[in-house]
Amino acid sequence: MSQRVGESASQRVGESASQRVGESASQRVGESANQQVSESANRRVVDSLTHLSSLIPTLAFLGLFFFLPLTRILAFGLDASAVTLDNLRLASHVLFFTFYQAFLSVLLTLVLGLPAAWLFARYDFPGKSLLKALTAVPFMLPTVVVAAGFNALLGPRGWLNLGLMNLFSLQDPPVEFVGTLGAILAAHVFYNTTIVIRIVGSALSQLDPRLPEAARVLGADERRAFRHVTLPLLRPSILAAGLLVFLFDFTSFGVILLLGGPQFATLEVEIYLQALSLLDLPLAALLSAIQLACTLAFSALYTRLARVQAQTSPRPRPASYAKTLRQRLFVASFTLLLIAFFILPLLALPLRSVTQLEATRGDRTQFQAGLTLDFYRELFVNRRGSVFYVPPAEALRNSLLYAGTTVLLSLLLGFPAARALSRQTRLTRLLDPLLMLPLGASAVMLGLGFILAFNRMLAQPWLVPIAHTTIALPFVIRALQPALASIPERLRQAAANLGASPLRVWLTVDWPIIWRAALAAATFAFTVSMGEFGATALLTRPEYPTIPVAIYRFLSQPGGLNYGQAMAMATLLMAVTTLAILLIERVRLPGGEF
Amino acid sequence: MLKVENVYKTYEGQPLLRGISFSVAAGETVCLLGASGSGKSTLLRIIAGLEVAESGRVFWDGGDLSGVAAHRRNFGLMFQDYALFPHLSVAENVAFGLKMQNLPAAEIKERVAAVLGMVNLRAFEHRRVTELSGGEQQRVALARALAPRPRLLMFDEPLGALDRALRDRLLGELRGILHRTRVPAIYVTHDQEEAFTIADRIILLHQGEIVQQGAPEAVYARPKSKWVAKFLGLGNVVDGKKLTEDGRRWTVETEFGVWKVDCKTGAGDGSSAALLVRPGAVNAGEGGNRLSGRVADVIFEKDRFKIVLEGGFYFYASQALTVGEAVDLQVEAECLA
Repeated sequence: MSQRVGESASQRVGESASQRVGESASQRVGESANQQVSESANRRVVDSLTHLSSLIPTLAFLGLFFFLPLTRILAFGLDASAVTLDNLRLASHVLFFTFYQAFLSVLLTLVLGLPAAWLFARYDFPGKSLLKALTAVPFMLPTVVVAAGFNALLGPRGWLNLGLMNLFSLQDPPVEFVGTLGAILAAHVFYNTTIVIRIVGSALSQLDPRLPEAARVLGADERRAFRHVTLPLLRPSILAAGLLVFLFDFTSFGVILLLGGPQFATLEVEIYLQALSLLDLPLAALLSAIQLACTLAFSALYTRLARVQAQTSPRPRPASYAKTLRQRLFVASFTLLLIAFFILPLLALPLRSVTQLEATRGDRTQFQAGLTLDFYRELFVNRRGSVFYVPPAEALRNSLLYAGTTVLLSLLLGFPAARALSRQTRLTRLLDPLLMLPLGASAVMLGLGFILAFNRMLAQPWLVPIAHTTIALPFVIRALQPALASIPERLRQAAANLGASPLRVWLTVDWPIIWRAALAAATFAFTVSMGEFGATALLTRPEYPTIPVAIYRFLSQPGGLNYGQAMAMATLLMAVTTLAILLIERVRLPGGEF
Repeated sequence: MLKVENVYKTYEGQPLLRGISFSVAAGETVCLLGASGSGKSTLLRIIAGLEVAESGRVFWDGGDLSGVAAHRRNFGLMFQDYALFPHLSVAENVAFGLKMQNLPAAEIKERVAAVLGMVNLRAFEHRRVTELSGGEQQRVALARALAPRPRLLMFDEPLGALDRALRDRLLGELRGILHRTRVPAIYVTHDQEEAFTIADRIILLHQGEIVQQGAPEAVYARPKSKWVAKFLGLGNVVDGKKLTEDGRRWTVETEFGVWKVDCKTGAGDGSSAALLVRPGAVNAGEGGNRLSGRVADVIFEKDRFKIVLEGGFYFYASQALTVGEAVDLQVEAECLA
């Protein structure tokens, strides 16, 4: 989840940040031209030094908790003991499957996403913005929640199977979904369709409508106008969206572990299995190194692609209501499809968490349908022989504690860094990609790095919020930075000129702009921490489970009660995350992305 | 050749075109002139087949085009801001229409070269269109529209985005090309000077209706209404009150003086009249209709001075007057029907 939330945010935040930064840079150039050169040069040196000193804690933190683990991984993974023929054979096998499932996922995501992008860009229909928001919800949800949602809908105890079993009096669930490649692909499509809708949809609505019209007038029928003009113009955005989706699917962890099971090992899952169950740390490190190389290559490629597709039309084509019968059929059927696909898993989960549909123990075919809060009540009971040594509600407490710590830490470290980065100097231009590098590392990899770097401290529960902070920090910085950069120095000067004291200046100029960004950043860090699964799964101790870890454990145990508790917990996590998303949307500065 | 019959179109509930009928003869350049928002572009799009009129029809050589899709009409349309394909080179843009006709590659190459030569862009073949200047883009758009040898060419404000000097030059070139190729053309603009330069016939659109049409000189000489005179900037439009009527000879009282004017019976609403005084119809002579006023502003305009009186009346003088000076001049007024 952290990965996802992060990437999307960093992408969005990054875009607006670079725009803003660009503006302020040009402003500064203009201003400094008016000043005496020597004076401004002097000040620049002093500025740079202040920047550097305010960046020290953040850099030290990342050095210790990101770059050190990273170097440990590389040292371990590229060691002679890791690079053996057997290991390479396994790695190539896993690498192939990782590519294969990611490729299929991208293909299917495009199959659903491209018509959806067309639908949103070209047509108006009642409830359009609501549906668009609905398609974006999964992207922010923790993977365990999505996995639980699909499980509640299509799993062996899910609605579909229960319904079919009831209808045809079957002994066993007829639909096998969990544990298949189909489940992985469905969840990936569920997650990432919104990326295609956003990127390709925006390219589509930016596309000058007169270009295909010009083709029509020049003798092209609709099909040829599409093939020779519309499609080539959309191609960069389709490629960019596809690549970004590929990147997410490539490093997917929770979905594959929870819905696919260990027989479908991607690099990320294999790293986890090798590190945790098989204790083959060198192999895990080797796999991490391979994955890192791949993600960095894809990221670089994506950055290049994303830069290419920046051409806007002077008059974007407005969406309109469907006119012809064919258009109406398309709008109606596709809207229904999207509603079904995106709402059913999200609805199945909370409903399943309050429904007793089977005898808790014993005969499965005897249904006692009814509403119940038992699963929630059970969360507070420490049963002997249950999955935990502690009442499951402890997981709730742990998650909140970790999330709180993560928020505090990442804001403390993020603020000075964002402040320093908001002013462009040669130094910050150099440091910026360095601070963003944790985005390129996956969560499981970070967990492995922690194990390799701090194995003697693994008993300490505080390593978990530290890892969460490392993951959340780039997003926090990217959320704060544009807000800080958006305050022009002239505004402060004007306030001072009007007689405001420095404190008054800060209170009247800086604070109103900063608090929204700070709240958004905090909520972001909170959400990242609450849903983080990959790193936590490796680092957490059995007696300190977090919510995602608890859900995973519940789901991997047999029994209706465990299942129900997984549903209950996933519902709680979904509720918390949804509230956080809504909060972020509310405090987001109008106009900008943050 | 082209005949437009009684075309109606509404836009967001408002009538945009209200019964437009006109025709274009072989080799003729017709200019649709009107303010922005008068529905000119929409009319072009209807003729091109990109939009459908609510009622009314478009004919070519007597054949109804209602069921004919845009790509089968073989009408060239040059869009405002050109709508060049940004992913194609200059030559590929120009070749697009020929490719759609599935012509052999050799012929396409030959015709692209010929057409690019016509617009003086031979050297630009392999350039990206995004690298071109506004004037060069305009020529590529023209070449692209000309290449498939359309039976009708339509221009939608083709020079709108360019600066004055470039505009005048391109307008001249365009006029030359239209005359040479003898393609019938419809040229849409809001700029009356452009219209007068290029048109064989001008059609004035106002509030979705044709208010006047005719040869440029005829429209210039006999504006049909107050709006036409104002829109074409023909001179001072002065409102007045009819005092007496002696056949066609009216006596009209205006804020600048009481004048005798030739009006048609039934002009205006019977008691008032709108008069046009062209700047050239003001002179220092004795007698006739007298205009008295006080100079409010004097503006230097190269070889003459524009004199503006209090109340906004203007005329030209070869020598500057002083602000505040009282003037008493002879004017020739026309009655706007």
